[in-house]
Amino acid sequence: MINELSRLEDEALQEVVDATTKKELETVRVTYLGKKGPITEVLRGMGKLSAEERPVVGQKANEVRARIQEAIESKQQRLEEEELEQKLAEERIDVTLPGQPLPRGGKHPLTSVVEEVEDIFIGMGFEVTEGPEVEQDYYNFEKLNLPPDHPARDMQDSFYVSQDLLLRTQTSPVQARTMEKKDGKGPVKIVCPGKVYRRDEDDATHSHQFMQIEGLYVDRNVRMSDLKGVLDTFVKKYFGEEREIRLRPSFFPFTEPSVEVDVTCGLCGGKGCRVCKHTGWIEVLGAGMVHPSVLEMSGFDPEEYSGFAFGMGVERFAMLKYGIDDIRHFYTNDTRFLSQFKRA
Amino acid sequence: MLVSYNWLKEYIDVSDLSPEEVAEKLTRGGVEVDAIHRYQETINGLVVGEVVETKPHPEAEKLTVCQVDLGTENAQIVCGAQNVSEGSKVAVAIAGTELPNGMKIEATTLRGEESNGMICSLDELGVQEKLVPKEYAEGIVILPADSSVGDDALPILNLDDAILELDLTPNRADCLSMVGIAYEMAGLLDRSLQLPEVEHGAIRENAIDQVDVTIEAPEDNPYYGAKLIKNVQVKDSPLWLQNRLIAAGIRPINNVVDVTNFVLIEYGQPLHAFDFDTFGSNEVVVRRAEAEEEIRTLDEETRRLQNEHLVITNGKKPTAVAGVMGGADAEVTSETTTVLLEAAHFHPARVRKASKDLGLRSESSIRFEKGIDVTRVTEAAERAVALLEQIADGKPLAGTVEADHRMNSEVTINANVTTINNRLGTDLSLEEMTDIFRRLSIAVTSVNAEEFEVHVPARRPDLLIEEDISEEVARLYGYDQIPITLPEGTTTPGALTAKQQTKRNIRRFLEENGINEAITYSLTSETQADRFLHQTEKNETVRMALPMSEERSVLRKSLVPHLLEALVHNQNRQIEDVALYEMGSVFLSEEEQLTKQPHEKETLAAAITGLWRTHLWKGEKQSVDFFIVKGIVEGLAEELGLTVGLRFSQQAIDGLHPGRSARIEMKNQTVGIIGEVHPALQKEWDLKQTYVFQLDLETIMALDAEPLQYTPLPRFPSTSRDIAIVVENKVAAGEVEEIIKEAGGEILRHVQLFDVYEGEHMEEGKKSLAFSLTYLHPERTLTDEEVQDAHQAVLQALEVKVGAHLRQ
Repeated sequence: MINELSRLEDEALQEVVDATTKKELETVRVTYLGKKGPITEVLRGMGKLSAEERPVVGQKANEVRARIQEAIESKQQRLEEEELEQKLAEERIDVTLPGQPLPRGGKHPLTSVVEEVEDIFIGMGFEVTEGPEVEQDYYNFEKLNLPPDHPARDMQDSFYVSQDLLLRTQTSPVQARTMEKKDGKGPVKIVCPGKVYRRDEDDATHSHQFMQIEGLYVDRNVRMSDLKGVLDTFVKKYFGEEREIRLRPSFFPFTEPSVEVDVTCGLCGGKGCRVCKHTGWIEVLGAGMVHPSVLEMSGFDPEEYSGFAFGMGVERFAMLKYGIDDIRHFYTNDTRFLSQFKRA
Repeated sequence: MLVSYNWLKEYIDVSDLSPEEVAEKLTRGGVEVDAIHRYQETINGLVVGEVVETKPHPEAEKLTVCQVDLGTENAQIVCGAQNVSEGSKVAVAIAGTELPNGMKIEATTLRGEESNGMICSLDELGVQEKLVPKEYAEGIVILPADSSVGDDALPILNLDDAILELDLTPNRADCLSMVGIAYEMAGLLDRSLQLPEVEHGAIRENAIDQVDVTIEAPEDNPYYGAKLIKNVQVKDSPLWLQNRLIAAGIRPINNVVDVTNFVLIEYGQPLHAFDFDTFGSNEVVVRRAEAEEEIRTLDEETRRLQNEHLVITNGKKPTAVAGVMGGADAEVTSETTTVLLEAAHFHPARVRKASKDLGLRSESSIRFEKGIDVTRVTEAAERAVALLEQIADGKPLAGTVEADHRMNSEVTINANVTTINNRLGTDLSLEEMTDIFRRLSIAVTSVNAEEFEVHVPARRPDLLIEEDISEEVARLYGYDQIPITLPEGTTTPGALTAKQQTKRNIRRFLEENGINEAITYSLTSETQADRFLHQTEKNETVRMALPMSEERSVLRKSLVPHLLEALVHNQNRQIEDVALYEMGSVFLSEEEQLTKQPHEKETLAAAITGLWRTHLWKGEKQSVDFFIVKGIVEGLAEELGLTVGLRFSQQAIDGLHPGRSARIEMKNQTVGIIGEVHPALQKEWDLKQTYVFQLDLETIMALDAEPLQYTPLPRFPSTSRDIAIVVENKVAAGEVEEIIKEAGGEILRHVQLFDVYEGEHMEEGKKSLAFSLTYLHPERTLTDEEVQDAHQAVLQALEVKVGAHLRQ
């Protein structure tokens, strides 16, 4: 019987080797290790054996069984591995095919500029304030120290809707309105973004509707050197740390002294090029110390308070930042234009 | 204002500075130089030549063959000008010279005659045609007889000059004159100033015996001075004077007119010369014009005047519109021998009014409008008389006939050193500050160690208050010298308000879901203004008093029309799939005639057309439809915490497809519209199928959002049951869903529609709706009976309320 078991073992192991699929292997398992298999038969026939032979044959049978079992299991594992490998090979894809585009829109570049500027000033303790676009002549001009015969107050230059109402020509009336609400008590630290309107024919550099951001800082002991410091910080954060500013005397009715703020040209770094008209500088902001009459008209005592104001053109900032050459692009909403600023 | 660099050198020594350096100084001082013009830097061979012989060109009638002495050689030059003549000194461009118009002069042969160079006209040398004196307009320029043959002709014609074009701020009218610029430069450079010579002789006759001056409107005309000059020889001005005017952008006319223009630019004081013999009387009367009164002006136009205009008259009729233009009757002509010279101060508003009404803007009117130096009117007149004596052989009568109503308006400003330092952030001493005013030729007296008084000269009317003084200090000290500091005052937290943050969140949501932000114009046309409205309240259109065009004549009441225009713009450029949104104000008024500001309502709208989702190589395409746009609105409501009470109710809306449009409600308030653009409109605009929504953000942002609060996760299993019911076609799914929710009670946690069917195997006029219902109890496992009861209640409610029965 021992021989018989050895023969079975050889036969079974050979069949395990020959099996090429999991199904064939299962047949081998059922054939040799099943309840009706030859090894079970051998064990069943042990009753006929002597007491001495029985444990020897029993042990042999169990050994043979275990070895076949082990061979099947290891073969099983190998077959599974092969199967997986084949499956993986079949599942290969062309990774260079285009991906599924995500639905993704973008902010308008003007909004990007506004939000970026807002965030820089929020970081410096400013709040964002808005105001009406149809404004009273009083807030748009008078409260800002613009005399009645100022050219901007002409029907030809501004969109009047009635004697006393017009589409605001600047965001400055928001400053006047905000100061008025403060009841003569500082500090006032605001930036006011918004749409403004002037009676200009639309062309590459003019638009009857455009956007401004103005800022106001009123407190005790505010100095012109503070204006310089705040704008220097802003320009470095917005345009880049390597940029420098320079101030030039200018004139606005609502500030005294008034300044134009230039920033070193981003293209040539100040050496002079086509973009900066060979001056090395680009004009980016108008600013100045708030005129005492403006403070007074809005309920602030100019003896106690002083402040500075500044204003910038949003389109100009966007044009400088992204190299856009025609202001009309901002308002035609061509998606070939808008889509360029998704990450802005 | 055009400033000639060569002319400026007559008042202040800037020869060590290039025109660019002068421009930089001025710009940094606040007088912005916009551009520097040079006639030509390439003209390198323009010499004085003398025409020694002329003969007609044998082959060409209009040409003359000239022998020209160039000093070093004689050259034969063929000339086409009629005014070339033997003995004239002319400007010759020798071979190799390039002219401003790009023409390169070469030795050549013209119809068989050699020509070695060109005799030039001013036009060819780069002088604008409108500035060329009439005498040379048709021909070559003739140089002064005393010019030396062979000399460089550029300086003789002042073509070596550089012209600085100023972009002046309105407060610096003082820089509208050469003397004013000289004062400014002297201050900036701390150099001395050379003012013009105004001394002249006089004959033994007094002007006052021959003419009277009366001002009937002293407020409009605080000062009028008249001078008389006899024996005037009207002729062309000498070249130096013509050169100055050309540099200043003024065309030379004759010596008398040229002198008035020269002084106008030099002093900023407009003058006017009348022919005293044709003036019409011996009295000058300044008064308001009578209504409908007429005057024929120098340009030969007859002008109708109004009472708001000021005129100079001879006591009977107008001889000039004050400060704007003279009359033709008393014009200075070649016949003129006695000149009545006017030097006056007219009120800016009067001149502005007449200049505007008559459409006449001149160098004179501009200066009167901006304000002149009232203390220098007479000085300017004397300067003109001196020049007329010098170049027109004039014999001035003694004295000035004046009417003077000028107020003493001397301004003195008290300034405090500490106040100015505190304002600027500087640390300047009293001496440093007062020295700045010495440089500007502005008188200063020290009051004590801290304070000083500034006595403002009339030429600087922009200096009125202490802040103006601090600006002068800062300007001259140098804005660059002011330190950079940060404010030391109260610190404040900067932040967006909740609404501002919400608006940013809305933008981000829409952008993350594939919609680009658009910004369109607020102004629109009447037709567009009334489309896509859902407001029930009265809203009148806000109209511009003076629109630029019909297209932009009123303020928008809806954002949709301009978004659709943007879609059309894209479609016309073969961009078919477009999704745009805009956030902005619409303008609604209760009044037909506006007496107060309209209501500016913050609004959000989107317009979407074409394919919404695509995966091209997989062949997946999905066109936008109602439910995609609705899904965006639902998602937005979720973003805002306003899903409870969000309803879409079928409603026909102007501009939208009547069967595919709805009113949007949140918490029982109408907040917007949604739907397909009406097919008729789509056709009219040539627009592909487009869906839009518009939301009233003002109302939405005022609603209370559902609080963001944690709900414990369920610890017990839920049970799902599906039902398919058959109802009439017209029954809305939303209505069915609400019935289910109501009938299902507390334990019905979720209802999801998963199938809609009509057609084959379905009764005519009916449809099937299939819902999946989820039941859950937070504290225990539901029994079959409980679920069964709830489910039964649902089915019963559906049957009773909408006649639904289970689908077989």
